[in-house]
Amino acid sequence: MEILPKWADAVLVPIFSLLIAFALSALVIIAIGEDPVAAVKMMVTGAVGSTYGWGYTLYYATNFMFTGLAFAVAFHAAMFNIGAEGQATLGGLGVALVCLAVPWPHWALALPAAMVGGALFGAAFAAIPAWLQAKRGSHIVITTIMFNFISASILNFLLVNMLRPKGSMDPATAKFPAGTNLPTLHDILGVFGIPFSRAAPANIAFFIALLACVLVWLLIWRTRIGYQIRAFGKSESAAVYAGISPVKIIMVAMLISGALAGLMAINNVMGEAERLVLNSVEGAGFIGIAVALMGRNHPFGIFLAAILFGFLYQGGAELALWTNIPRELIVVIQALVILFTGALDNMVRMPLERIFLAFRRGKA
Amino acid sequence: MDFATVLQVLDSTVRLATPLLLACLAGLFSERSGIFDIGLEGKMLAAAFLSAAVAAVTGSVWWGLLAGIGASMFLSVIHGLASITFRGNQLISGVAINFLAAGLTVVIAQDWFDQGGRTPSLGGDARFGPITLPLADTLRDVPVFGPIYHDLISGHTLLVYFALAMVPLTWWLLYRTRFGLRLRAVGENPAAVDTAGVSVIGLRFAAVAICGVLCGIAGAYLATALQAGFVKDMTAGRGYIALAALIFAKWRPWYALSATLLFGFLQAVALRYQNIDLGGFVVPVQFMDALPYILTVIILAGFVGKAIPPRAGGEPYVKER
Repeated sequence: MEILPKWADAVLVPIFSLLIAFALSALVIIAIGEDPVAAVKMMVTGAVGSTYGWGYTLYYATNFMFTGLAFAVAFHAAMFNIGAEGQATLGGLGVALVCLAVPWPHWALALPAAMVGGALFGAAFAAIPAWLQAKRGSHIVITTIMFNFISASILNFLLVNMLRPKGSMDPATAKFPAGTNLPTLHDILGVFGIPFSRAAPANIAFFIALLACVLVWLLIWRTRIGYQIRAFGKSESAAVYAGISPVKIIMVAMLISGALAGLMAINNVMGEAERLVLNSVEGAGFIGIAVALMGRNHPFGIFLAAILFGFLYQGGAELALWTNIPRELIVVIQALVILFTGALDNMVRMPLERIFLAFRRGKA
Repeated sequence: MDFATVLQVLDSTVRLATPLLLACLAGLFSERSGIFDIGLEGKMLAAAFLSAAVAAVTGSVWWGLLAGIGASMFLSVIHGLASITFRGNQLISGVAINFLAAGLTVVIAQDWFDQGGRTPSLGGDARFGPITLPLADTLRDVPVFGPIYHDLISGHTLLVYFALAMVPLTWWLLYRTRFGLRLRAVGENPAAVDTAGVSVIGLRFAAVAICGVLCGIAGAYLATALQAGFVKDMTAGRGYIALAALIFAKWRPWYALSATLLFGFLQAVALRYQNIDLGGFVVPVQFMDALPYILTVIILAGFVGKAIPPRAGGEPYVKER
């Protein structure tokens, strides 16, 4: 019997887990001699107190939505894709190649092509671990970890030896042509007469990320293949008995996952940097894990969690700028969120179940 | 390439393989008991920081070592709580531990020392010094054997010899003691161990604790023997390479030694030579860096023998259903 009602499992457990994680983070801030209340205030003003702050918050959130969705799609098929970092790195390569190959006349033409490039490279890079898992039974967690390192080496090699423009010492590609520059929120909202910071990097990719959330929701809960993915994730033997091919599901889920991770590059590479640099992903692939776990692998949850982490990232950057608290505090918060919402969720669930049981008995 | 160069590369192979070996054996204990641990990296990092910090403050490397083990054990306890007591996802817990260590070490280092997330550099008694084995200096001039003994075998820190001694010890513990038999059994079929009246939870916590101690020593070695102090992210993926070596070794102690020596050798070569020229064909340094990972993927793919993990690995044990 399900002891907890569905709403409690979906809402109460993550909220309590999150509260514990934040309480511990506050203790860390106190321990290094800073004031947590002042820190939170500074984070709020820095991240959502101005359109400049919002622009960064939404920019980070866009990255996290893509990687969070990538993790979630694979997770529904019981695949633990730790490789979003590498897949997004290679996606960046795909986007950069597309942007540099053709003198694009207008971003509206360049964007779809770049999306195809990023998604294709991300999916191709996820395809090898997926195939090894499906055909040879190699554990996907280990292979995707290895592929993260391999992707970093590939990119390092290509940037240093091939893609670097002549005479440049910097391991990065040339600047993308102006025809590939995506409209920022400043440009888009300006059409409607809404003022928005010109300096912030949030761009049209944010809306594509929102669209991706909707499409993933449709895919997982409204299509045949989505049903098969979920069935396979719940019980492999039952799925096989129902005639679902494990090889197909593993491949499809991981290809979609890799493609979503690769798509992130239209935001950070094409939208923000406008060239490809080393380590352009900056850990967003791993934050995707936290985002997906907190969002319960549901696109709407991922949307909310991505905004929250975007807020934490931008707020954390402001903290590092104005106080003695280093940026790495965000990594600590991120770790605590992963720990309490992902691994220690039973620690919250078990007492909650006891409370609900006692409550029910009291009623009966 | 002359004899002296070969010796130098092999010497640095031993130095670089030591943390890999310790972490690999740590993972071996944990995974043999059925607890997957991708948090080796984080435990080493935490140990590296705290050992360097305590060694810097007290001036004694032994206090540093103890503190390093303590830091690693703390994270082990979290991993044990999450994956054994609360039956959570072991992979997620490992990921969280890696991030926790990556973040906390820098935050605390910045607060304590205010040097941009590093500890002061260590010297004197705050570091492990090289040990000269008996007769090393007298035998130095003997041809071939002399330089090998003096430069390669002698002159390492205590922790290097400890790591090497851990290999037969681990083998003996796993295959020749009652504890080892039970440990292996609990990773294959915990229900059978439970039926025999032995505590699954106790055994797994013991394995996770041993893992914590070894990771702690590995981290302390990094910060107080290999290098002189802690810098941000100083483990640089060694925990993952150790994990790769563990699979390469198919979860067996002697193979772990050869796998970590191989990976240590690759690191030593990549460190010494930037791009290797093989008669016109240049092997880029990035390829050397990626080679351990590529080799692991090939092994995992089963093209070179099959690596079969402990059967109950990753599954929390539920006594009653």
